[in-house]
Amino acid sequence: MQTTGVRRRRSTSPWAEAWRRFKRHRLAVVGIVVILLMIAMVTIGPLLWKVQINDIDFGARLQTPTATHPFGTDDLGQDLLARMLSGGRISISVGLSAMLMAMVVGVAIGAVAGISRGAIDAALMWVTDLFLSLPLLPLLLILTYLFRDALKSAFGPEVGIFILVVTVIGAFGWMPVARLVRAQFFSLREKEFVEAARALGASVPRQVVRHILPNALGPVIVAGTINVAAAILLESTLSFLGLGFPPDVPTWGRILFDSKEYLDIAPHWALFPGTAIFLTVLCINFVGDGLRDALDPRKVL
Amino acid sequence: MGTYLLRRLLIAVPSLLGISIVLYTVLALAPGDPFGEMLLNPNVPPEVVQNLRRQFGLDDPIWLRYFHWLAAMLKGQWGFSFISRIDVDRLILQRLPVTLAVIGLSQVLALLIALPVGIYSAARPYSWFDRIASTLAFVGFSLPTFFTGLLLILLFSIKLDWLPFVYRADLSATGWQWWWEEIKQSIMPIAVLGLFQGASWTRYVRSSMLDVIRLDYVTTARSKGLRERTVVLKHVVRNAMIPVVTLVALTMPQVFGGAVVTEQIFRVPGIGSLLIDAIQRNDTPVVMAVTFVFACLVIAFNLIADLLYGWLDPRISYR
Repeated sequence: MQTTGVRRRRSTSPWAEAWRRFKRHRLAVVGIVVILLMIAMVTIGPLLWKVQINDIDFGARLQTPTATHPFGTDDLGQDLLARMLSGGRISISVGLSAMLMAMVVGVAIGAVAGISRGAIDAALMWVTDLFLSLPLLPLLLILTYLFRDALKSAFGPEVGIFILVVTVIGAFGWMPVARLVRAQFFSLREKEFVEAARALGASVPRQVVRHILPNALGPVIVAGTINVAAAILLESTLSFLGLGFPPDVPTWGRILFDSKEYLDIAPHWALFPGTAIFLTVLCINFVGDGLRDALDPRKVL
Repeated sequence: MGTYLLRRLLIAVPSLLGISIVLYTVLALAPGDPFGEMLLNPNVPPEVVQNLRRQFGLDDPIWLRYFHWLAAMLKGQWGFSFISRIDVDRLILQRLPVTLAVIGLSQVLALLIALPVGIYSAARPYSWFDRIASTLAFVGFSLPTFFTGLLLILLFSIKLDWLPFVYRADLSATGWQWWWEEIKQSIMPIAVLGLFQGASWTRYVRSSMLDVIRLDYVTTARSKGLRERTVVLKHVVRNAMIPVVTLVALTMPQVFGGAVVTEQIFRVPGIGSLLIDAIQRNDTPVVMAVTFVFACLVIAFNLIADLLYGWLDPRISYR
């Protein structure tokens, strides 16, 4: 973490310094506020807005926003606000879980490659490059298509598909992280403080966990943030193509998928979930950009 | 250049093998028999299933099965589509040109946006133009393609009624009229894909330009008295493009993903919508073949990127 020398007050920790730099990126601050608001809405929203997501009311089909249905209704007269709130829970938790999975795999592979070098490194990087050149979406579609029924019967429709979507998205999101971590390891393992630890007799795992990894975290956090946005987008895409969550689990992408046949008579039905996805992804991207300024002084793309 | 091309081709072979191994593993790990559905389907005679089992070598040991499968894939024997009642390779050949046209034209559009905007932004960093362009670029690649598609349909097809929202392969018009209709129905799919790609490339171009413009040789060119225009366009751009080409090649899989979505929204009869249809109808041979074609396309585009790379930076091809 680079410090500004003279201007730096004595008590500033690296994290406070990073926060100071993050605050300078105004759009990133706006982004993080919006995201926190959205997370708060989808967590406590369903407790306050007590309309059931599957209350069918044919008397109120395809209504535009009114006081009783602030976001309008869909073709079965189901309340869209309730569906959006419950769908947001799933979309956001898919994003976070898939990111966590991609992070764990990516850091593990990158760390092993970075510390061992030689043949192991070459093999791991070959695998990484291979995964990078796989046609992502067709493979995701194929995997959900092939494994959907097995997981549905094993864990029930909702949990089964959740596990499937998270695993599949996470399994194809670790490559950039692995590359970043490996690059960081290459430069950090030659630094004096690691050499000192080595000279003091620290074992390789201790060098990695105590000394190298904490210093490699900055870019990894940035990559992780971007990963959440990518995962939310992928889940929405799968659902939008009708191959993600089942119709009774209204994720944002799924609502959009159901709405597209009614675009001419009920545009609000598509606009609300679409805007929600767009806003979430945009804010996460802004936060990622701000974090890059704050944590990664080299500003790699 | 010749040996360089040969070397890149040789490097492409292991990655093709790797992708085929991944695909095959997915197929082999999948629960149940991929041809099990056909056994239950009364329209499919049992000897056809037996033939297919033999063709895909389902009764042999696993490594032999893989090689049989790979050989069949490479020879273009991709099986028979039971939904369309036609050989899979012919089906794909019918659909492939549309996909390639949509992807190709949208990439051209993306380049036409990204190059000028990125270069101009980097020439005047933190100016108003740069700030607006950067923010718009952020908006552009945060807007998911499926939402942009719906928004365009809502605006241009439903509200304004300018453009048709369903792509039709069988236009009745002829001559100039045909071209006009074709252009009208292709604008939106190409724009959706091109704008998304253009937005992310703008950022690559800008940041790569900013890295190069600081270098000493650029200062030298300026102090020789060259005009700023010549310095930027002749000296900076070429070197700045080298990392951009790599990044563009890396985003190629993403482009194909976007193509699948776009084709699905506008019902463009390409291999992307074919894939979705095949998945929804459990047409396994078509699903596998389309994915394999997508993988080959990714590798082909990576090769093109490598060639561009060698042309931009001649040192690479001699190494």
